This record gives sequence, structure tokens and C-alpha cells, in this order.
Amino acid sequence: MVKEIERAGIPVVHMCTVVPISLTVGANRIIPTIAIPHPLGNPALDPSEEKSIRRKLVEKALRALETEVHGQTVFED
Amino acid sequence: MGKAKVVHYINQFFAGIGGEEKADTKPHILNELPPVSAQLDKALGEEVEIVGTVVCGDSYFNENLDEAKVEVLDMIKSFEPDMVIAGPAFNAGRYGMACGAVVKMVQEELGIKAFTAMYDENPGVDVFKKDAYIVRTKDSAAGMRTAIPAVAKFALKLISGEEILSPAEEGYIERGIRVNAPAEERGSMRAVRMLIQKLKGEEFVTEYPMPAFDRVAPNQPIKDVTKAKIAIVTSGGIVPKGNPDRIESSSASKYGKYDISGFADLTEADHETAHGGYDPVYANLDADRVIPVDVLREMEKNGEIGELFQYFYTTVGNGTSVANSKQFAAEIAKDLLDNKVDAVILTST
Repeated sequence: MVKEIERAGIPVVHMCTVVPISLTVGANRIIPTIAIPHPLGNPALDPSEEKSIRRKLVEKALRALETEVHGQTVFED
Repeated sequence: MGKAKVVHYINQFFAGIGGEEKADTKPHILNELPPVSAQLDKALGEEVEIVGTVVCGDSYFNENLDEAKVEVLDMIKSFEPDMVIAGPAFNAGRYGMACGAVVKMVQEELGIKAFTAMYDENPGVDVFKKDAYIVRTKDSAAGMRTAIPAVAKFALKLISGEEILSPAEEGYIERGIRVNAPAEERGSMRAVRMLIQKLKGEEFVTEYPMPAFDRVAPNQPIKDVTKAKIAIVTSGGIVPKGNPDRIESSSASKYGKYDISGFADLTEADHETAHGGYDPVYANLDADRVIPVDVLREMEKNGEIGELFQYFYTTVGNGTSVANSKQFAAEIAKDLLDNKVDAVILTST
């Protein structure tokens, strides 16, 4: 899906936990996330901490969308 | 020589431990062979024996790759096996990734034979087919009846040390390896015959399939995110409570487009997941854990992004065919362009 959206000319960032799959399907901007059943959350944390890590990940995703890349790029910390 | 010893690697589901709610199961050795291992053991006959089954939850393996690999390898090693069989994983993506990783690691670290089995579209195929033999199976465990004999037959051949013939003859997925082989006719004859068949519109089989590289170059970045209209797309199956369009929990045949303009935060009262391929508890309690509507809404309010697009698009990426996914995304992309969306955040579980 990520590749078809990219193909249409829209920059897209893929937020997912299993990065090797994202690389295989051809995503170009990749943000590794927390866990498979809750990529953008962590039920072990209290709600405000949880939201703050979600915010950090989304900020990272927005930065990735603003960054020029020349091939598949995994945005680590 | 006594019986050849095989260790079987499987996931929590086939071990009978549980479904997605147990996908975080840590690696361990089963004291008794589970049914799938027992069936395979029987199919392997008298000369080859499954001496143990190592199990690991699919989420645990993929989320803790480095630790899980070491733990699984140590357990496998403790049996001093002659061969390792992983799966069959059918079209279960995380299971296929784990099986591929186990096989590759066993070959490299222990120097023994190993292989796995899965469906063509399992993501494990693309990642590991160059490293390992992957016996071709159907897409779901309903194909176990035909998968077991196929796996057993390949196992006996591989362990015998006999030459493994072509993918078509042995039933494994093409690895992209070229092998010299004598042919009855010289190359020019074969090439001209193929050309004539092609001109006539007849079927022919190429001797050198071109690898299908389908890569899309990255688009230019967005210039100013504070002016950008951002849309959310997910394969994590988030839907309005009650799943109004009945998106299937696996092998989805459709996607949904849902209005989120009235939401600053998703809660268990209004949204849930339709996805059948991961433990739904966390997403059902708070769907923002899969699609970050709460954060993006806040950023929209603070001027950190221009606008959160009024709708999100969703499907269930669980055993859903590549053809369906491509079609959904092509339709979604067209709609995004029509609505002048500048960039997309796509989340996957």
C-alpha cells in the first residue's frame, strides 16, 4: 500500500514495528515503532507518558516527511 | 547410523498455546510433541525422527529479534540435531519471518541443513528465499493436509544428501540461483523456438526469468509541514465501533474510509480494530495506539501541522493478497490526490 501511495506522487512515511517487512514491501521513509499490537502506544505506561511517546514518534514521522531521501531510509533515533 | 535427528520450530498457535493473545510467548522447548510435529514425525517415516519442538510467539520473535534468535538457537543446539524444519507458516507474515530467520541462522551458526515452508506471498519469502529452501504451501492452515507430505518429502531428500533438483521438480520457491545443466538442444534452437511461440501467442517458459524489481523512488519531501494536509492510512484494521462495513479480519476484500472530523481522541466507545492477526486488546481500548488521531489533532490545533485530513483509510493487512492491497491503495491514492492531501502517515501492526 505504501508503495502505491508513493507511486501516485504523495510522500508517505511508514510507521511499523517489523522493519524488515517494510523494507521488503518498498517503503522509502520508515519509522520503527513500539510493538506489533500497539505500534504507537505502550499500555504499560500511564496515559500521559504513553501519549508523549506517541507524540515523539509522530514528530519523527513528520520530520521524515520533510527530509529528502534518495532510497529506503530507516529513521532511527 | 541411527535415526537422523530433526528439531521442529513452530509458533504459539501451532503449539496449541493460544492465538494472538499469546503471541508474546517466549521461546521454550515443548515437553511433548504437539500435533503438528507428531504428524510431521509420522510422515518422516522410520529413519528420521523429530527429537524436539522449539516454540516461540510470533510477536516476541519479531519484536525481540536479537534475543529471540540467541535463545532459539541455544535450544535447537541442545538437541544436537542433523536438520531443522521451521513451519509451515502458510501466509502468516510474522511466523514466516521467524521461520526464515531461524533457518538462515541454523545454517550459518550450526552448519546443518534447514528449511521452511510457506505461501508465495508470505513476506518471509521475499526476505529469505535466497538464503533458504522454502517449500511452497497453500495460504492457510487448511492446507496442512497437503503441506505435511510435501515438507516430509523434501526433508527426506535434503537429509539424504541427494542433489536437490529445480524448484519445479522439488516443490520449493525459486531462489534465483542459476545452475548449469545439459540440454538436448543447443541454445540457438531453444531461443528461436521460444521466439516463434511468443510470436504465435503461445505459452512458453523462459530459461532466465528477470527478477521483478518493483521499487518506487521516494517523492520529494514536503516543504513546510505546518501548512501540509496530512492523511492517515492504516493496515491495522482500525474501524468505527461495530465495523460498519464488515471489513474481514483476514484476507480483506475491501477497505474503509471513515470521517474523523468529530474526534480529538479515539476511545473504546467509538473505535476498535477488525484485524484478526494481532492481539486486539490494546487497539480496542485505545485506537490511537494504531492511528495517532489524538496527537495529530493536537498538532493541528497548535499549528504544528496544517490540517489533519477529514477521513482516514483503513484495511486489514492480515493475509490480504498483494493484488487486493495494490488495488485498495491505488483507489485510496486517487482519492487523496483529489482531496489535495500533501502527505500520508501509514501505520502497520
